[in-house]
Amino acid sequence: MAEYEVVHSKSPVFYPIYERKADLKHQTHYCPGCGHGVVHKLIAETIADLDLQDRTIFVSPVGCSVFAYYYFDVGNVQAAHGRASAVATALKRACPESIVIAYQGDGDLAAIGTAEIVHAANRGENITVFFINNAIYGMTGGQMAPTTLVGQTTTTTPWGRRPVNEGYPLRVCELLATLEAPVYIERVALSDNKNIMRARRAIRKAIELQRDGAGFSLVEILSPCPTIWKMTPTEARDWVAENMIRNFPLGVFRDRRLAMPGNGGPPQRSVAEVLGLTSPSLGTEAPAAATPTDTREWKMKIAGFGGQGVLLLGQILAEMGMREGKEVSWLPSYGPEMRSGSAHCHVCLSSQRIGSPLIEHPNVLVAMNEISLRKFAPSVTPGGLILYNRRTVPADLGVSNVRLLPIPAAELADQLGAAKVGNIVMLGALLELTGALSFATAEAVLQATVKNPDLLALDLRALQAGRDWARQLPREVR
Amino acid sequence: MRQLCKGNVAVIQGAVLAGCRAYYGYPITPASEIAEAAAFYLPQVGGVFLQAESEVAAINMVYGAAAAGQRVMTASSGPGISLMQEGLSYLAGAELPCVVVDVVRGGPGLGNIAPEQSDYFALVKGGGHGNYRNLVLAPASVQEMADLTMLAFELADRYRNPAVVLTDGFIGQMMEPLELHARITSPPEKPWAVRGTAATRKNLITSIHLEPDALEAHVRKLEAKYREAQEREPRHELYLAEDAEVLLVGYGIVSRVLRSAAEQAREQGLRVGLFRPITLWPFPVQALREAARDVRAVLVVEMSTGQMVEDVRLALREQAPVHFYSRVGGNVPLAEEVSARIFEWVETAVR
Repeated sequence: MAEYEVVHSKSPVFYPIYERKADLKHQTHYCPGCGHGVVHKLIAETIADLDLQDRTIFVSPVGCSVFAYYYFDVGNVQAAHGRASAVATALKRACPESIVIAYQGDGDLAAIGTAEIVHAANRGENITVFFINNAIYGMTGGQMAPTTLVGQTTTTTPWGRRPVNEGYPLRVCELLATLEAPVYIERVALSDNKNIMRARRAIRKAIELQRDGAGFSLVEILSPCPTIWKMTPTEARDWVAENMIRNFPLGVFRDRRLAMPGNGGPPQRSVAEVLGLTSPSLGTEAPAAATPTDTREWKMKIAGFGGQGVLLLGQILAEMGMREGKEVSWLPSYGPEMRSGSAHCHVCLSSQRIGSPLIEHPNVLVAMNEISLRKFAPSVTPGGLILYNRRTVPADLGVSNVRLLPIPAAELADQLGAAKVGNIVMLGALLELTGALSFATAEAVLQATVKNPDLLALDLRALQAGRDWARQLPREVR
Repeated sequence: MRQLCKGNVAVIQGAVLAGCRAYYGYPITPASEIAEAAAFYLPQVGGVFLQAESEVAAINMVYGAAAAGQRVMTASSGPGISLMQEGLSYLAGAELPCVVVDVVRGGPGLGNIAPEQSDYFALVKGGGHGNYRNLVLAPASVQEMADLTMLAFELADRYRNPAVVLTDGFIGQMMEPLELHARITSPPEKPWAVRGTAATRKNLITSIHLEPDALEAHVRKLEAKYREAQEREPRHELYLAEDAEVLLVGYGIVSRVLRSAAEQAREQGLRVGLFRPITLWPFPVQALREAARDVRAVLVVEMSTGQMVEDVRLALREQAPVHFYSRVGGNVPLAEEVSARIFEWVETAVR
């Protein structure tokens, strides 16, 4: 008669009944001798010991452990193949008080999810990753894993893994240990009881570190897969000891506390404050609303080189129009065209809702360079206005039925001391020649948007210079 | 208060008002200002902004945040949306609400960064694997970029399903007045979420149903949800449509062009109206049938080689002849171009 009593019990972190298969309510779906069962048990016991059951969120991967949620009585989230550490990242950030465990196999973590694990580790996400390495794809029936050993036969390496074709087994702990942020990285093995006890300590430490807010931890567990390896459970355990450990040395690859700089972040404000919903409207103080009888529709195209303030001039006009109670739209050219040196934008000002913001036929064209003038002048509507950034217009420019006025905006701006305000000189001329919007609004917009007082003074002088230049033009060309 | 605002920025202003407190994304032209605005606004109101390592990671982070019950979003453009399709399928399968904005650019492949409407199939018809639908909204102005983003959060939560704001490079890049209504909403309670608390411990977020009967039941449940959305959620806008002989159909930036085209055609004596779908899924089938009841012809205009036009034809069947006109590659049809096309067809029909 035995002198001890065998007690069958399991961690309270496991469900009492496993609902997955009606006839197997007390068994997992894992094969005899599979490492998952052992690791599940070690994790469950740790969660119970540390009293973290309510706080735990378990992220299960794609692979044999996809059904971990049938066993763990904790919050469960099942992730797409390879993405457990990305999913875990957002869960933890949404619920900083939770304990987020990402549980991933070798295919999941080290093949399809390589980017996600490297970056979660590199960001120092305060999560715990358990990485089950059994050197094979178990669930899909024995294909090569990134950790398959050199020479190991799998269904997709029928002549054994050949580095010349498949490369070498990926060593995840060593890889991640090159990063700054991880606080704890250890590789353990389920090869014998002593190593299982070491695995138990590593699992506990990794979860404790997360509980204490320390940062990213990962435990790689070399784990037997007897069924796919076509071995008995004992043979498989020995294979871990004899072959896997030789290729994947056990040990602690990182164990340090790290103070990550830059915790501060911006000051917290209310939504209303951040979106400016409470501040007094700048618009309500805008002077001189346009007369309601002004129903002219302005379709303006402003074009030139990048750096000439073409897009900004358009934005100022749109802002002014809005302040004067008009419907407005501003549409830029964007992207590589902008970067390669030329830019243009379309500005519509109307008393009606604006249809297409895209202007094919402007009634005002501001051409800040000759290329733009030649490109867009033919599209200006009859009776339209073209302002050209020069003293003279090219003699061979064959446009008719439009007013083409040379306004040496850049030159005037240069005289004021800064060529960059050429766009504002042009604004002054444009307002004087069209009467589309009021000077008072222009000044108000500049005052509201230009914070540097010297630059503001310069802008206001530029506005006046453009206006003066336009005023001295002979009446017959105006 | 009205402020001059870029479409892409308006998306985030609407999202903040709607209670969105998490953004995970990856930069891409012409959608990057959405990420930049999220990076500016969200951390100030206690939210999370994270630039992910890829769109694949980003959409799976969205999955994680949605699983935790947060109002969460991401944004991208064509190539990035292609990478997010697997994640969208998982989100729909796991019944997780989120908002995804696609500022469509020219494709296929790298295409270009100019506006197109060529992602309609990819998002309205699915794109990811399996039996699921996205709820898809199509803004046509900067104001709607904010308003429809807010609506997208509501619909996503109502149906526990991804909601997509399908827009284009022009609406994203343009500036117009934006008026935010100080109606700050907080997300509904989500008792199904997994938050690492005693109350949510029994919860499970998953999309796997291994037994055929179980998966069929799940897919039927999703189907019923989509049927309800088809009954309740179609939205559209009409312009000059009551007496129209010719009905133009277009969404997003194209609908703006068509407004101008309808006005121009009327000036030339032809009664032209506009039907603008606001929801692309569910497609406003009934409303379109009614609007097209007395017209001589329907003209669908798209910046694609013909995607939404299939839904128009399905809706109208033999009710009216459906013509199609398109520009692609970043070219936007001009109002003049469209109205010329209308007159061509009308003359042909008379002859």
